[in-house]
Amino acid sequence: MLHIDRLILQLPHYPHWWRQEWTTCIDALSLHIAPGEVHAVVGASGAGKSLLAAAIMGLLPSAARLEGALHFQATPLTPARQRQLRGRQLALIPQSLSALDPLARSRQQVRWAAQRAGLGRPAAQQRADELLAHYQLSHAATHYPHELSGGMARRVLIAMAQVSNAQLVIADEPSVGLDPTQRDRVLAKLKAIAREGKAVMLITHDLRHALPVADRVTVMYQGRGIETATAQAFRGQGEQLTSPYARSLWQALPDNAFSTQPSVLCQEPAFA
Amino acid sequence: MALDMRLTAWLASRILRLMLVLLCVAAVSFGLMMLSPIDPVDAYLGPQMAQVSPEQRALIAEQWGFDAPASVQFSHWLRHVLSGELGWSHIYNQPVSEVIQQRFQRSLALLFSAWLLALLLGMILGIAAGSKEGSWLDRFISGYAYVTASTPTFWLAMLALLLFSVTLGWTPTCCAGPAGVLRQEVDPLTRLHHLILPIATLALLGMATITLHTRAKMVAFMRSETALHAFAQGASRFDIAWRHGIRHASLPAITLAFASLGELFGGSLLIEQVFAYPGLGQATVAAGLRSDVPLLLAIALFTALFVSIGNLIADGLYHLADPRIAQGQR
Repeated sequence: MLHIDRLILQLPHYPHWWRQEWTTCIDALSLHIAPGEVHAVVGASGAGKSLLAAAIMGLLPSAARLEGALHFQATPLTPARQRQLRGRQLALIPQSLSALDPLARSRQQVRWAAQRAGLGRPAAQQRADELLAHYQLSHAATHYPHELSGGMARRVLIAMAQVSNAQLVIADEPSVGLDPTQRDRVLAKLKAIAREGKAVMLITHDLRHALPVADRVTVMYQGRGIETATAQAFRGQGEQLTSPYARSLWQALPDNAFSTQPSVLCQEPAFA
Repeated sequence: MALDMRLTAWLASRILRLMLVLLCVAAVSFGLMMLSPIDPVDAYLGPQMAQVSPEQRALIAEQWGFDAPASVQFSHWLRHVLSGELGWSHIYNQPVSEVIQQRFQRSLALLFSAWLLALLLGMILGIAAGSKEGSWLDRFISGYAYVTASTPTFWLAMLALLLFSVTLGWTPTCCAGPAGVLRQEVDPLTRLHHLILPIATLALLGMATITLHTRAKMVAFMRSETALHAFAQGASRFDIAWRHGIRHASLPAITLAFASLGELFGGSLLIEQVFAYPGLGQATVAAGLRSDVPLLLAIALFTALFVSIGNLIADGLYHLADPRIAQGQR
């Protein structure tokens, strides 16, 4: 459904005011996401995960330079097409809870999302109420964001991404700051979305909790895709993983050896 | 029950504070009048000053109590005000309360229309400019706002008068109605015709600051995660400005509009002077120049009350505009 081939993203910065330099934030990344799949994109902060989401949605700053191929449903994702598909075919669950408008009630925010996806006002209202009920938020429909718990606000954001039948849902760190129960609930919702035949891109730095719901995992490091493996490959000592970085990431988890090999994790990973 | 108690306590503290403010305003204005080089007896007599002997002058001063020490005069005045008696205006030869009532009615039309126009247009322009930072519309509106914000009120008023009244002859040059016609006989349309230019000049100046503040708020909002999320939902800039922008921009606009009531009143003072509009502003200038202490003090008190009530309303409106403040108050 989503095909990314050797995507390069560069952003300008100015070391001195007269000199512009380009920083490569995503470096020749290739990624394929199939319908019905939860595809986890795992990496440390600064690996370029959120920028990847912005590149797919077409929400990069205007100065950004993008190369490589970006295809959605076998058609190139041009800026014009991105504008057209945003909120309808492409949905984003943003990382920060401050993405909710602090001055609008939950019900209103979901309805606006539905209207933006092309529904008329009555239909949008109905859709919003359905979704709020589906995510057990009916009692919070008239609440403002500051009156919601972290888990509830997260579910409002997920509901907003569900107003249309978006075929690709990108969830950016959806489990950050949630207690284990809430986190599992949110991840289960994402899995349920994938089961409906949609593609879910799960961006996270939390490999351990992504694995139970993910079908495949792409490990990113400093803008590069180190390895894409099935979720089953992350077991034992990680023998099925090909790259040392992914293997040590797996081994560093508390449930496993809890071993850190500083030489591998903290330095440039060696890869072909 | 508890809410009632808290509301009463809040109101009581507000009223107490307001009383203190009014007392300070009265004391300071009185002190300034005492320091003023204009002698009230001379100002009262005007050109007949030469025909009055020093004995007669002393008699007038004694009659009016000008020979008493300032503190006695002030406490005398304060006692009267507390019993609801604002005094007699010697320049209009009318009770002060009547002068204020008549003048304020005329000023109110000017002040309120200018204020409303400034608030609405300022917000619309600010939102339009801020929703796309750096666009030609933004550059045009902010450029225009900076120019008007740095323009002196009276100068703009004089230019407007020169262009529209003198050169083009579209609007009357002075007053609240045609010369020689009683106030009661002026029909609303003529009254409006006389008001257009003063309102436009006054609104133009209040508008600039509201435009600039609304724009700044809007620019910040367009960079926020909320706006980015709205873009991710496929919203257009107009959609974001309409659904989110108005809510977010209304808070600074309301604050500014109510907080600037004092400035607006100060502006109307100059505007009424330039357009010879017989409102409260003109009465203030007359009272100051001719040392009509009771009238000036009463106007100062009235203005302070007016501005304080404006601020009180702004406080109340926050609760409607931002639910987070409403909750903090509860």
